Amino acid sequence: MRYRFLFLFISACLWLVVGVSHAADKVVSIAYLELDDDPRYREKQMQARYPGQPWGRPYAGAEVALREARFAGSAVGVEFRLSHHSEADAEAATATIERLAEQGVKYFLLDLPGGAVAEIARRTRGRELLLFNLSALDDSLRQAECQAHLLHLAPSHSMLSDALAQFLVAHKWPEVLVLEGPNAEDAELLAAFQRSARRFGLKIEEVRPFVLGRNPRERSRNNVALLTAGADYDVVFVADANGEFARDVPYQIQKPRPVVGSAGLVPDWWHWAWERHGAPQLNGRFLKRAGRPMTGYDWSAWVGVKAVVESVARTEGGSFQKVRAYMLSDELIVDGFKGNRLGFRSWDHQLRQPLFLTTLNWVVARAPLEGFLHKINNLDTLGFDKRDSNCRF
Amino acid sequence: MCKKSKCYLTVSLFIGLLCQLVAAPLLARDTGYLFVSSEKDHVVTVLDGKSYKKVMEIKTSERPRGLKFSPDNSLLYVGCGDGDSIDIIDIAKLKVVDQLDVGDDPERFDLSPDGRYLYVSNEDNGLLTVFDLEQKKTVAEVEVGEEPEGVMVSPDGRTVYVSSEVANMVHVVDVGTYKVKANVLVGNRPRRFALAADGKEVWVTSELAGNVSVIDTKDNRVIDEVNFEPKGFRPEDVTPVGLVMTRDGRIAYITLGSANHVAVVDVASRKVLDYVLVGRRPWGVTLSRDEKTLYVTNGKSDDLSIIDTGSLKVKRSVPVGRVPYTVVVDD
Repeated sequence: MRYRFLFLFISACLWLVVGVSHAADKVVSIAYLELDDDPRYREKQMQARYPGQPWGRPYAGAEVALREARFAGSAVGVEFRLSHHSEADAEAATATIERLAEQGVKYFLLDLPGGAVAEIARRTRGRELLLFNLSALDDSLRQAECQAHLLHLAPSHSMLSDALAQFLVAHKWPEVLVLEGPNAEDAELLAAFQRSARRFGLKIEEVRPFVLGRNPRERSRNNVALLTAGADYDVVFVADANGEFARDVPYQIQKPRPVVGSAGLVPDWWHWAWERHGAPQLNGRFLKRAGRPMTGYDWSAWVGVKAVVESVARTEGGSFQKVRAYMLSDELIVDGFKGNRLGFRSWDHQLRQPLFLTTLNWVVARAPLEGFLHKINNLDTLGFDKRDSNCRF
Repeated sequence: MCKKSKCYLTVSLFIGLLCQLVAAPLLARDTGYLFVSSEKDHVVTVLDGKSYKKVMEIKTSERPRGLKFSPDNSLLYVGCGDGDSIDIIDIAKLKVVDQLDVGDDPERFDLSPDGRYLYVSNEDNGLLTVFDLEQKKTVAEVEVGEEPEGVMVSPDGRTVYVSSEVANMVHVVDVGTYKVKANVLVGNRPRRFALAADGKEVWVTSELAGNVSVIDTKDNRVIDEVNFEPKGFRPEDVTPVGLVMTRDGRIAYITLGSANHVAVVDVASRKVLDYVLVGRRPWGVTLSRDEKTLYVTNGKSDDLSIIDTGSLKVKRSVPVGRVPYTVVVDD
């Protein structure tokens, strides 16, 4: 009796294993993780539609890409699936990833703040899976905290500020007055910009701290006209990750000068007004699905699914090892609708990509700007090039 | 030209309206005109084929792109993406005489060999629409990958090839059942087609992969690739889009987009014979009937390059409307 039970149990297990592995031949699952409460997605913040910030949760971007994948999938006999998970914190997200990984899921799109991304990457190190960072721009994730299984779809702060610096150099606007906010994220923006200024030869005339508020005792720090008086500059760079102060700077400054950074001319990695390379169609598909214009964050979610689909299709539905090797090779060509072939940098697994210099309703320029050359790939004039990389996998 | 219009006037005066309608297509032959669609001006510009002077601009629906003559060259079909229409220009009247509702965002299209059916790629909806020009209605819709672009009908009229820029595929559609017979994975962002080797091969440009995939039409698989290395450009600048072949099937002319060149390719050996420098971002390309002249539209310099195919030199560069897309010649 006992043996019979054991036999049944074993055959059930076998059936399960066979069943699951058979299904895995046909299905490639991509899991999407976000936080229940992520300050970047608070209602008020999103409604303000700050440039360079999310205007809604990016999940719809992944859904649009999944729909685009159906022909590529059927050609190689693969069905792509997407699952959506909302987590309390990084620990809960790690548990979910571990649970899904046991079920055979290999690809995880993380729409999480930088700290959570770093923690999850540390905890899942060495596992047979790939994490895709959709929305954390922190330079540190590409440098000291880099991990071999963590791929970055969003550009880093440094890539974005390099794009801006190229634009300022190209326009011969080298003298910059910086307004810096009080938060740690503002300091990160400033650090990235200072690095870009050194790299491309901009001159930061002065860094002046600002605060939000109307307190007359603090007017030298909360009044834009006073903050921008008594200095000589070509442009004002605002380092304001929150955006509330920055949006008031253009047209309130003391001199008739352009404002760049967190307001005015803003570096971004996607824009709803981009007209070339098939972008109007993608923007249309996203708008239909999400009911709002597409931002860089949404593009990240979209391009993450695209990278997986492309690698699976070109390896004809091959094993995870094959897909991973292809994805990280120079052979990979991801079409990001920005004109160039996209692929991951070998030294930090950052997706190399053109960036946009944007206003509220237009893309003024695409970086790398003409004349900024690199001996191998001009896209590597943006962000950490191989020789600047501190990343050791 | 003067002669013809005088004659036209006389005919209309003497015989009246009925005969005018009959006579118009007869007189339309071989005007020698060039027709260039301008995406951003919503016009088709008509140029004299000898002096290259602008004859007129024909207003169309919004965002005219693909252009194609009816088999007898009396009508010109104009795919107007934002206008959601295929406009029909009467070549004798040089104006839009009809607008066809062929679904959203028509981009490129081809005609059945008998001229009765239009096969249209609907860029926004991922559809191939089959439109009956006699009944003036859509008779079939075939679901294809997102952003279908190039459409080509086989000479026997039984197969339609459609490229999807997003799925990186060529869909091979059976005419009659309107089912996809085969999905061929090609280079990234496939754009346009040409038939080669007496119909044994389909050539398709891939804008992002920077090459041309050669498909064997018998078993619908990629058998070869043509690659381009114009001097002074990096692989990522090579973005092939347009292509046209000589009637004897020996030479292909391929526009290289961001590399600002036209590649001249020996079809049999797949070797690039030469590169011709043209304007910025050349896409559209067409040959004159005698194949002595090649016309190329340059989308980012708003002009047309006119190339002598004997010397492979650019003879003239003619400004046309904003973002010129397709050029066809009525000779």
